[in-house]
Amino acid sequence: MTSTNKLLLEAKGITKYFGTITALENVNLKVHEGECLGVVGDNGAGKSTLMKVLSGLYKPSAGALFFEGKEHVLDSPKDSQNLGLEMVYQDLALAGNLPIGENIFLGREPTKNIGFLKFLDFKKIQEMTSAHLEKLKINVKSADQKVEELSGGQRQAVAIARSTAFNAKVVIMDEPTAALAIKEVGKVLDLINKLKSTGVGVIVISHRMDDIFTVCDRVMALFQGTNFAESQLDKTSRDEVIGWIMGKK
Amino acid sequence: MEDKEKKQDSLYVKLIPYFEKYGILLLLVIMILVMHILQPDVFLSWRNVTNVFKQISWQSMLALGVFMVIVTAGIDLSVGSIMMLSLMILAIVAKAGAPWFIVVLVPLFAGFLCGLINGLGITLLRMPHPFIMTLGTLYIFRGTGNLISGGTPISGFTDEVRYLGHGRIDLTWLGLEKSQYLPVSLVLIAVVYFVFWVFLNHSRTGKWIYAIGGNPSAARASGINVNKILIIVYSLCGFLSGIGALILAGRTDSGYPNAGLQSELDAIAACIIGGASFFGGRGTVLGVFAGVMIMGILRNGLNLMDVSSFWQQVLIGSIIVLAVYVDVLRRDFGTRK
Repeated sequence: MTSTNKLLLEAKGITKYFGTITALENVNLKVHEGECLGVVGDNGAGKSTLMKVLSGLYKPSAGALFFEGKEHVLDSPKDSQNLGLEMVYQDLALAGNLPIGENIFLGREPTKNIGFLKFLDFKKIQEMTSAHLEKLKINVKSADQKVEELSGGQRQAVAIARSTAFNAKVVIMDEPTAALAIKEVGKVLDLINKLKSTGVGVIVISHRMDDIFTVCDRVMALFQGTNFAESQLDKTSRDEVIGWIMGKK
Repeated sequence: MEDKEKKQDSLYVKLIPYFEKYGILLLLVIMILVMHILQPDVFLSWRNVTNVFKQISWQSMLALGVFMVIVTAGIDLSVGSIMMLSLMILAIVAKAGAPWFIVVLVPLFAGFLCGLINGLGITLLRMPHPFIMTLGTLYIFRGTGNLISGGTPISGFTDEVRYLGHGRIDLTWLGLEKSQYLPVSLVLIAVVYFVFWVFLNHSRTGKWIYAIGGNPSAARASGINVNKILIIVYSLCGFLSGIGALILAGRTDSGYPNAGLQSELDAIAACIIGGASFFGGRGTVLGVFAGVMIMGILRNGLNLMDVSSFWQQVLIGSIIVLAVYVDVLRRDFGTRK
C-alpha cells in the first residue's frame, strides 16, 4: 500500500555536525501519503536530531530535503509548517498556562480587524478547536480548559490535534507514547491510524516495539548516526528490529 | 455520603478559577474596609483617595512594565534607574529651553531606548539570565544619569510638562466642590492599564508573551520569534518607566539623583502580591493594579495612623510572603502533577 502512493517527504544525504561531534551522517529517509514510517534506534543514534532537521529547527550541515518532489531549505519551524510538515515533540511543546484552543492555534491565531488593529478572535478559536477535536474524536471537557489540567494522554492528544489543525501532510511524532499511562497509549495509536486514513504521512520515533508494530507500515533503524537497516513491516520481526537497535543484523 | 463529598469537591474546584482571578481584589476590598473602619473620617475622603492615586501613579507604571517581563519568566531590575535616567534627560532638555512637546516626548523615547538595550543584551549577548543584564544596567543607567546631571537636582518645569503628574481635572461642572478634582495621573493610569490589558489579552503578541512564559520551547516550536518578543517586552517596560519619569517630573517639579531608588523592588513586590508568578506565564493586569493599590493603601493607611515606616517595611514584606504562599497552595489544588 505504501510505495505506490505519492512520495511526500524525502531527505537525502542528511549530515549534521555539532562542533566535532557527528550526530548524523549521510542519512536518507522517505515517507509516502497515508504511510506510517517507524524510526528506531538507541539513545544517541540521531533520531531526535534527524527530526529536528526535518522540522527546520536545525539546519543540516550537508544534504537536502525534498517535499512533494521539490527541494526546500528550511530556516525555521515556520517554513516547515508552511509546507504542511508538523512536529509533535517529545516534551509535547505545549504551554500549560494556556487553554487547549490557544495551544492548538499558538503562533497562527485567527484574528479579526477592528479598524487598523488586529485582535484575537476567541470565538473562532473556540469553534475551530471544538470542530477539530470532534473530528479526531478527542474528548475533553471544553476547549477552554488549561493544558496543565489535562492528563498525559489528553495532552498528547492535544499536541497531535495541534499538529493536524492546519491540513498537515506529514506529521512527525517523537516518542508519542513515552510518557503515557498504558490505557492512554491505545487512544493515541488510534489517533495515528485515523491520521493515516486521511492520507497524512506519519513518522513515528519510538522505543516501543508495540507502537511500531501497531501503526507503522515500514520501519527504519538508525545506528550511530547512519542508516542501518530498513524494511516493510510485514517482512521483519520484533526480534530483528530490536537487533538493529543494538547494531546487529 | 460519597455523592455529597463529590458535590462539595466539584463546587470547590469550580470556585478555584474565580478565586484565582478575583481573590486579590477581595483582599483589596477587605483592606479598604479595614482602613475605613480604623480611619472613618479621613481614609475615604476625596482628598485622601486622590492622594493615594497620585502617590502610586509612577510606581504603577514601573510595576506594569516589570509585570510583562515577569510574565515571560524574566526580571527587570533596572526600571528605577531607567526612570531616573529618563527624568534627568528630561530635566536637562527642559533646562536647555526645548519646547514642551519635545520635553514630554524625550523621557518616553529615552526609556524605550534603555529597555531596548536590556532586550538586545539579553537576546543578542545571550546573557544567562535577565537578572544579570538588568543588574548591570541598574548601575549603568543610574551612573549615566548622575554623569549627565553632575549628580545634582535640576528643578523647575513648565506647566505643560508637569500636566500628567500634577494636572487637575476640574469637576465643578458636576456640582462638586473645587477641592474635589480628578488628578490627571489617575486618568493616565486608567488609560495605560486599559491599553496594556487589551494588548496582553487580545493581541497575538500579548498571547505569545504568555506562551513564552508558559513554555519557551513550545513558543519557539510554534514558529514564534521568541527573541523578537522579548526585545519588544523589555522595550515596552523601559517605555513605561519613561512614562513614570514624566509623571514624577510633574509631581516633584524636579529631576533628582535619588529618583526611583529601590523602586524596582517595589514594582516586583506589587507584581508578586498581585498574583504574577516568577516562573512566568501567570498573572493579570488587574492583579498588578491591585498589587500596586494594596501597597499604596498600606503605606497611606499606616501613615494616617502614624505607624512608623519601619513597620510598613515589615508589613509589606509579610504580605509578599503570604501572597506567594497562597499562590503555592492554589497550585497544589489547581493543577495536576
